[in-house]
Amino acid sequence: MKNMLLAATALTLSMTMAQAETLRWARSGDALTLDPHAQNEGPTLALMHQMMEPLVLRNPAGELEGALATDWSVSSDNPDVWNFTLREGVKFHDGADFTAEDVVFSLERALSENSDMKGLISSVASVEAVSDYEVRITTKGPNPLLPAALPNILIIDKDWAEANDTVHVQDVEGGDETYASRNVNGTGAYKLVSREADVKTEMTAFDGYWGKDTYPIGYSDIVYTPIQNPSTRMAALFSGEVDFIQDVPVQDLQRIEQDPGLKIVSSPQNRVIFFGLNTSDELVNGTPEGGNPMADKAVREAMNMAINRDAIKQVVMRGQSIPAGVIMPPFVNGWSEELNSMPATDVAAAKAKLSEAGWGDGFTVQLDCPNDRYVNDEAICQAVVGMMAQIGVTVNLNAQPKAQHFPLISGVESDFYMLGWGVPSYDSEYIFNFLYHTKGELYGTWNGTHYSNEKLDEMTKAIAAEVDLEKRDAMIDEMWAMAKADAVYLPIHHQVLNWAMKTSVGAAVDADDQVKLKYFSVE
Amino acid sequence: MLAYIIRRVAQSVLVLLVTGFVAFSMFSFVGDPVENMLGQERTQADVDRLRDQLGLDRPFAVQYWKFLEQAVQGNFGLSYRQGRPVSEILAERLPATLELAAVSGLLALLGGIGFGIFTAIRRRGAAANVIMTVSLIGVSLPTFLIGILLIYVFSVELGWLPSFGRGDVVNLGGWSTGFLTQSGLKALVLPAITLGLYQMTLIMRLVRTEMLEVLRMDYIRFSRARGLRERAINFRHALKNTLVPVITITGLQLGSIIAFAIITETVFQWPGVGLLFINAIQFVDIPVMAAYLMMISVMFVAINLIVDLLYFAIDPRLRIDGKAGGH
Repeated sequence: MKNMLLAATALTLSMTMAQAETLRWARSGDALTLDPHAQNEGPTLALMHQMMEPLVLRNPAGELEGALATDWSVSSDNPDVWNFTLREGVKFHDGADFTAEDVVFSLERALSENSDMKGLISSVASVEAVSDYEVRITTKGPNPLLPAALPNILIIDKDWAEANDTVHVQDVEGGDETYASRNVNGTGAYKLVSREADVKTEMTAFDGYWGKDTYPIGYSDIVYTPIQNPSTRMAALFSGEVDFIQDVPVQDLQRIEQDPGLKIVSSPQNRVIFFGLNTSDELVNGTPEGGNPMADKAVREAMNMAINRDAIKQVVMRGQSIPAGVIMPPFVNGWSEELNSMPATDVAAAKAKLSEAGWGDGFTVQLDCPNDRYVNDEAICQAVVGMMAQIGVTVNLNAQPKAQHFPLISGVESDFYMLGWGVPSYDSEYIFNFLYHTKGELYGTWNGTHYSNEKLDEMTKAIAAEVDLEKRDAMIDEMWAMAKADAVYLPIHHQVLNWAMKTSVGAAVDADDQVKLKYFSVE
Repeated sequence: MLAYIIRRVAQSVLVLLVTGFVAFSMFSFVGDPVENMLGQERTQADVDRLRDQLGLDRPFAVQYWKFLEQAVQGNFGLSYRQGRPVSEILAERLPATLELAAVSGLLALLGGIGFGIFTAIRRRGAAANVIMTVSLIGVSLPTFLIGILLIYVFSVELGWLPSFGRGDVVNLGGWSTGFLTQSGLKALVLPAITLGLYQMTLIMRLVRTEMLEVLRMDYIRFSRARGLRERAINFRHALKNTLVPVITITGLQLGSIIAFAIITETVFQWPGVGLLFINAIQFVDIPVMAAYLMMISVMFVAINLIVDLLYFAIDPRLRIDGKAGGH
């Protein structure tokens, strides 16, 4: 009896202990807003995901999982219509019931003009509530991948938004800030306690969370702090002031591993790093006599052969990268081992190829590179400058901040540039749509290469509407074969994601670097 | 006197206008805010719409005029990065910077004068030599390195002081202060030392040189000959005559402490206006950059004006010249 009592007390104690765990979490940047549809940006979405939920979620394993929807399927009689069955018994943080009208409201809000999320769901034509727990989404033409577009479209309460006059997404020039940018009423596992932008955000576990028994939810309280300076961020982890950090500098990994109280959790990241080449007749920064060498496929292939991906991995990335042969992360639909094959680094053969193409004496080109966007971005570019010099191509490096670099790509004003690409839909269509399609108003918006392939353009539109998934996959394979053969992009590697934390933190790392704390446990 | 003030104020306004003009002509080189404000799925139409909305396609002089027009009405626009009124963000962030600057300034002044006197009086002593040598480090090491070193020693190795942030703050009618909590005071120590060290060594060296100069003067010799105590000579006669240039320098340095808090704030994640400015540059948050630069230039102009007026009050020769000119 006494023993049982003791055991019971111990159990209660350990339970209350577990109940009162605080996770102090830091990364380099803060969320820009709490308005779920105002900013389509990594850290912003990551913070909001703790407090608000989408219909369909991407879990740490990368699979689609029902969040506010339990079931979804294409209507049997109309391929343009998707039916979503909603989860019943879900409460918002203020106690209001979650119903179909909230979904309709939130999706319409996400589609509105000032929304930053509308690009993700541009295929949606209309959303209607069929009953309290059924929603019908009609797309502009069949869209077999609609659920994959939804994980970042978060749902908020309609009545709350109306009561607080925050129905519309903020317009940057609109004058006042909106209520939703600093307040949250979602259905997520954590609710907002306090927030001071760029300083600290505190959250606490939501008692009425529908998934309380489904997910580990190891931490009762969360304190989120941005710490911009990498050395300070590391110091805060070493001194025990924070429990868990993202954006770990690669040079500090070894020190963390040596510390018995800390550990690292890694995963390949959903971000491939590559170079784009100007394939038009003229170069932006001065065309050599004889035209743009890179308009010739053989020259592009030679440049691809000159890149030593292993050296970049070992020397620049300290082993923290996965060399890539195609500009697509490995878990994206369409990826294959064969497609990922890369040419062996062969300077002699590359040189021979260049002279065969008539550029045996080499040529000069400017490489535009960001210096504050990707892991060791400028250092990778410097390495590539050296590799190109080996085959006689003189590269002038122009490394600058991202705010100056990216306009060059979107303005098609670069001859040779670095770009990193993540694929939120986990499907090849996203890559073809933005990077390979001929540059235009709606398609090819990030294609800075002047590359234009009519067949590829047609097929990009065709796979978007192909409902027969087997046929669609075959088309994707065909497209990749074409795209890869044209070598307009020189793939470098996939970044490796590293999270560092105390050994007691049971973190569930996901490829999108999008922390979802409800999957975290205390070990 | 009045004419002098009016002339000086008019000059200050001109300086402000020119500063703003130069700042706006530079913004187009910082990059394109639109790329940061829209996600990667944006279309060209979104880009064009936003650029038009923000007036980014207009010449910078027009943008500057619009800024001035709104600024005189007290409206600095919305931050591109946070979507909140810039004036509100600045008001929220300013206390952190001012408190840090005040503590650093005080530290620099007290430490600088104290060590300066000591090294001047005991200029051949071992301790004075050690202080002089150490002060070289303060002058030559960059701020961020000093900050990281302090963090490494006092946060990581010893675990005495926090490595980042401001600790708990108390809000007193819109002014958030870290002076009233233990964690707030602890959090101040390392950033204040980092920020104040350079100024401290500067003041120390200035005091020392001035003091050595003064100690060579005839009236000090005569005081000694009269048999006054060393203490009275050093502190009542020598120090007083040393302080005039020190006060001038200190006034001017206060401005730079606030302006140069940027690096210290970045190292310690100190939530002040300097960190805000750094973030604004990275994001090309033009309204915040513009307001910050204007604020800093107003501050410098104001400090200069006050210093000028103080000269007027302190130095009788200026007044006589002024009157002579009036006749």
